[in-house]
Amino acid sequence: MQPVEQRDEVEMLSLMLLIRRFEERASQQYQAQKIGGFCHLYIGQEAVVTGAVAAVRDDDYIITAYRDHAHALARGTSPDACMAELFGKETGCSRGLGGSMHFFDKQHHMYGGHAIVAAHIPLAVGLAFAIKYRGEDRVTLCFFGDGAINQGAFHEALNLAALYRLPVVFICENNLFAMGTSVQRSTSLRQIVDRAEGYDIPGEIVDGMNFREVRDKVAEIADSIRKEPHPAFLEMRTYRYRGHSMSDPASYRTKQELEKYRLDDPITRLRAQLTREGKLTNEQFDLLDKRAKETVLAAVKFAEKSPQPPLDTLYDYTYADGAMEPDRPRPMEPAQERREVAPSPSTNSP
Amino acid sequence: MREITYRQALNEALAEELERDPNVFLMGEEVAEYQGAYKVSHGLLQRFGPRRIIDTPISENGFAGLGVGAAMVGLRPIIEFMTFSFSLVAFDQVVNNAPNMFTMSGGQFNIPITFRGPNGPAHQLGATHSHATENFYASVPGLKVCAPATPRDAKGLLKTAVRDDNPVLVLEAELLYSSKGMVEPPDEELLIPLGKAEVKREGSDVSIICYAQTVPLALKVADQLEEEDISAEIVDLRSIKPLDEKTIFDSVAKTHRVVIVEQDHPFCGVGAEVCYRIQKNIFDALDAPIIRVSQEDVPMPYNERLEKAVLPNADKLIAAVKQVCYA
Repeated sequence: MQPVEQRDEVEMLSLMLLIRRFEERASQQYQAQKIGGFCHLYIGQEAVVTGAVAAVRDDDYIITAYRDHAHALARGTSPDACMAELFGKETGCSRGLGGSMHFFDKQHHMYGGHAIVAAHIPLAVGLAFAIKYRGEDRVTLCFFGDGAINQGAFHEALNLAALYRLPVVFICENNLFAMGTSVQRSTSLRQIVDRAEGYDIPGEIVDGMNFREVRDKVAEIADSIRKEPHPAFLEMRTYRYRGHSMSDPASYRTKQELEKYRLDDPITRLRAQLTREGKLTNEQFDLLDKRAKETVLAAVKFAEKSPQPPLDTLYDYTYADGAMEPDRPRPMEPAQERREVAPSPSTNSP
Repeated sequence: MREITYRQALNEALAEELERDPNVFLMGEEVAEYQGAYKVSHGLLQRFGPRRIIDTPISENGFAGLGVGAAMVGLRPIIEFMTFSFSLVAFDQVVNNAPNMFTMSGGQFNIPITFRGPNGPAHQLGATHSHATENFYASVPGLKVCAPATPRDAKGLLKTAVRDDNPVLVLEAELLYSSKGMVEPPDEELLIPLGKAEVKREGSDVSIICYAQTVPLALKVADQLEEEDISAEIVDLRSIKPLDEKTIFDSVAKTHRVVIVEQDHPFCGVGAEVCYRIQKNIFDALDAPIIRVSQEDVPMPYNERLEKAVLPNADKLIAAVKQVCYA
C-alpha cells in the first residue's frame, strides 16, 4: 500500500464528495420512508474521518459511534453495502441486522458502529490491548462525539489506555452539540482536550474542517505510536450541518452560526487548496461530483433491489455455534411470499 | 480421582487454559499481585507473567469493555468480577456489547469471552453485595450462563466456557470456594459441556431441581427426607442457559413431583422458566403443582437472623417437598 504522504488528495476529495452525496441521498430516502429507525448524518464533518483514515494503514483498526456511515465509506466499505444496510437488506454491511447505527466491516478493519454513547471507547482500548499483546505495530483510531466525554466509560477507558500504554488515538469529533445540548452546557471544562491531560495523555486541538491538518496530525501521532505504543487524544473542531438525527430540526442554534460554518466547508476548502496549486480544474471537480452522485444513485438502486433477510435465518446470528434451541419453532415466511418459489397459475408472468 | 477444593479446581482450569492457548488472558481486580480476592488466581502471575495475568483499576465497565474489544480481534479474555454484584457496574458491556455484537455485525464478530466470579448471597454482606444475577443474564439472548456447584463441575465448565466462541458467564459460588470434591487428575482433560444437567442423587418420589449454592442444601435435605421415607432425586442444572430440558423432563417423568430451589428472587427467577417448560411439555406427568423455593422478595438484610429468613433453607425446602408429596 502507498505511504501515507503520497496518497492522492484528489482521491480524498472524491471520498469526501462520496460521503456528502451518500448522506444527502440517505436523508432523501429516509424521508421517503425507505430507511427506518434513527439516522445520523455526517454532513459537514467529512474532513475528520477522511483525513484520519488517509493518515493510517489499511490494517489499522477503526471504531466509532453511531454517526458511522462515513467511517465505513472512508474505510472502503462499498456504498452499495452501506445503503443496503440502511434499507435493512440482506446485502447490507451488517446483513440488515445492524442498521444505520451499527455498520461493521471486518474485512476493512471497521469495528462498528456503536450506539450507546461512549460504550465503544472501552472496546477501542481492547482493540489496542490486542495490538500490544501480539506485539504488532498497528494503531487503533477511536472516534466519538463531544457528548461521550461525560460518560463513565470514557473516563475508565482513558485511564486504562494510559495505564497500560496502549496504541490508541482518541478522536473527539467536537461538533459543539451533544444532541441538542451545547458543550458549554454539558462540560465543566473550557476545552474538551483538557480531559486528556487528566489522564496524562498528550492532547491537541485540530481544525476538523481542514483535511490536510487532520491528516498530518494523525499521521504524526500514528508514527509516534508505532515506534512506542501510547495513547493520544485529538479534539477535532468540526460542525454538523444537519440536526443530531433526521428527526431534529436543530432549533437550538442560529442560522447565522450554521452559515458561518458552511463558509468554512471542508470540501470547498480542500477543493480551493488543490485548485490554487494547479492540481484540480473546475471541470475535474464537476466530474468527481457527478461520479459521486452516480455511485450513490446506483447504491440506492442496489439497495432497493436487494432481498430482505430471510425469516428462517432469524436464529442464525445469535450464537456463533448456531441456534441454542434448534428445535424451537421459528417464524416462517408468509404463504404469499412462498408462492414466488412455487408460482400458482394466476401469478404466472408473461 | 483426587479430592480438591472448588477454588483449586477453578485455579487448575485457568492454568490449563492459559497453558493451552496463548490467546487466553486473565484480567480483573486483584487477580495478579494480590493473588485473587478469593485466591482463585493464586500463583498464576508467577507462572504466566504480567502480560497475561493483569491487574486492573476498579473500573468494571472499562475492563469488561476492554475484554469485549480484545475478543473482537480473536483474543479469548477471561474477565474476573470480584463478585457479580459488581458486574452491574459493567452491565452495559455484558448485556449490550458482548452478546449483541454477533447479531449487529451480521455474524462478522463473535465474542469469545468468559466473565467469571462469585455470584449469589454470601454471608451478611448486605443488599449491594448479595446479588444472584443468573436470572438477569440468562434472559439475554447471546449470553450463555452456567453456575457450577461442585469442584468437578467448576473445573469442567470453566474450561468449556473459555473454549466457547460466545460470551459465557461462569457464576461461581462464593460460599463453596472451600468445599471439597473428587476431580479427575490434572493430566486428564476435563471438559463438561454447557447445557447438560446432572442427577446428583437418584430418587423416585420427588425431583428437587437446584443449582449452585442450593445443590448442597438439596443434598442435605434429601438425606433428611430419606429418614422419613421420601426418596428425592436431585437434579443439578449446572447450566442455566442453555437449559437441559431432557434431564429435567426425564426426572419429572419418573417422580411426577417437582420442587425448584433457586438462589435468586421469586419474580422472574430461573425457577419460573423451568416451571413453565415443565408444565408446557409434560403437564400430564405432574401429580401436584410445582413449588418454587427462592429468596424472599426483599433486598438482602444485613442482620444474620433476617438473612437466614430470606434465603432458601432446609425447613422451607422440606415443607415444599412435603406439600408436593401430600405428605
